[in-house]
Amino acid sequence: MAIEARPSQSGELHEPDAGDLAIRVECVSRTFRQRRGDIPALAEVSLSAAPGEIVAVVGPSGCGKTTLLELICGLQRPDSGRVRSAPAALMPQRDLLLPWASALDNAALALRARGVARDRAREQARPWLQRFGLAAFERARPAELSGGMRQRISFLRSLLAGKPVLALDEPFASLDAITRAEMQGWLARVLDAEPRTVVLVTHDVEEAVLLADRVVVLTARPGRVAAELPVAASRPRRRSEPEIVALRERVLETLGAA
Amino acid sequence: MRLAATARAGWRPVAVVVALLGAWELYVDLGGASTLILPAPRTVAQSLYDDRSLLWSNFLVTAQEVVLGILVAAAAAVALACAMHFFAVVRQSLYPLLIASQTLPIPMLAPVLVLWLGFGILPKLVVIAVVSFFSIVVTTLAGFASVDPDLLKLMRTFDAPRRRVFWSIELPTALPGVFTGAKITVIVAVIGAVFAEQAGANSGLGFLFSESIAQLQTARAYATVVLLSAFAILLFAALTAAERLATPWAHQPKETGS
Repeated sequence: MAIEARPSQSGELHEPDAGDLAIRVECVSRTFRQRRGDIPALAEVSLSAAPGEIVAVVGPSGCGKTTLLELICGLQRPDSGRVRSAPAALMPQRDLLLPWASALDNAALALRARGVARDRAREQARPWLQRFGLAAFERARPAELSGGMRQRISFLRSLLAGKPVLALDEPFASLDAITRAEMQGWLARVLDAEPRTVVLVTHDVEEAVLLADRVVVLTARPGRVAAELPVAASRPRRRSEPEIVALRERVLETLGAA
Repeated sequence: MRLAATARAGWRPVAVVVALLGAWELYVDLGGASTLILPAPRTVAQSLYDDRSLLWSNFLVTAQEVVLGILVAAAAAVALACAMHFFAVVRQSLYPLLIASQTLPIPMLAPVLVLWLGFGILPKLVVIAVVSFFSIVVTTLAGFASVDPDLLKLMRTFDAPRRRVFWSIELPTALPGVFTGAKITVIVAVIGAVFAEQAGANSGLGFLFSESIAQLQTARAYATVVLLSAFAILLFAALTAAERLATPWAHQPKETGS
């Protein structure tokens, strides 16, 4: 059930060639100019990800996390520095499912976007819904689905874009604590079976430590890299493992100091 | 449940209408006005029954004009709104003219059009289309503008071509706006039809009204007014029903929290 990767058409915005790395962000700064003055979002941020690596980016609100993802996805250009990345698909913070379309058609949106005919797109998406435990809901509209189901479909939609890089923007921030914990375990299992290069932006430190191979801590506005902490713990990980708990404390300390 | 609630609240306006009709009836019966000048509601009801075949055949003429006129207006308005949405130059060139078209005094425009286009249905359709067109263009454009910008970003990371974004996202988002415009339009379309018929016609309720007044058949004139009004309400209700069928997602109760 592997999805073939496809080169991005928006390549002029970001350079696809990142050497042997999937993502290479080099000394990137980005400032938003507004009437009341400039708002610096990112200052000299460098970050990289090897193919198949999961990098979590944590930081306080307004540290330019979403900007960083949009740079990687080629939706923005840096003011200075360089962004090179393999083609990346975004998974937005709000699920943004189309209210008029069924779960199946929502999941198949990225396939439709790249020109796959409706029936073929549905055919390709259907086994994935099954795999994600959503087969019974394939005809349901988003309003009939729970928050967790909607996030799963939103993730599947971005996964089916067939890009080697997934940019996840606080994917579970809108969920209640219990569902969020469930979804974190679910995502860890999915990425285990379907490895992708992932940039996971989150303000949930535990989520970062549970899911990522490496945690990048950003400072408040403008975002700068305060620390980079590798997570060596083996998978599957449990919240209560001493190694995870200790690392979570370290990240929180760094955030406090940042 | 909603129906029951509507029914419960619905008796109030009905009570107001009954009270007003009663007062009117009393006023005429007590000799407040000559029945030739102001027929009592009872006489109007009598005329609705006695002249039913005459009223019906003329009603069919007007109803056809209004329904066709609104369809023509809607088709043209949606096409123009799409063109304005796609091409800024079209929007900039035509939007001011569109507003200017609303300043045309319809009672004066109608006879001029009849002079030019004859006594058939064509000048009626043009008048109805001119008065209906504007609101549908505006609400459809507003529908296009209400597309979530984050959704457009998502589609960009999926490499979706402009055409695909239009069909999958923008058009369904704008569809409720088309209905809103059509509903606003129903009332003015009926008024437009009456003006057009009075400017030159040999059938239709507007024509029948003028003729009845000239013949001092006041009760029949009032009967045409009742019919026209009922028709507009019916049309509005039909459009509301069609809207609920075509865009059910737009009428779901808003989510709480997310």
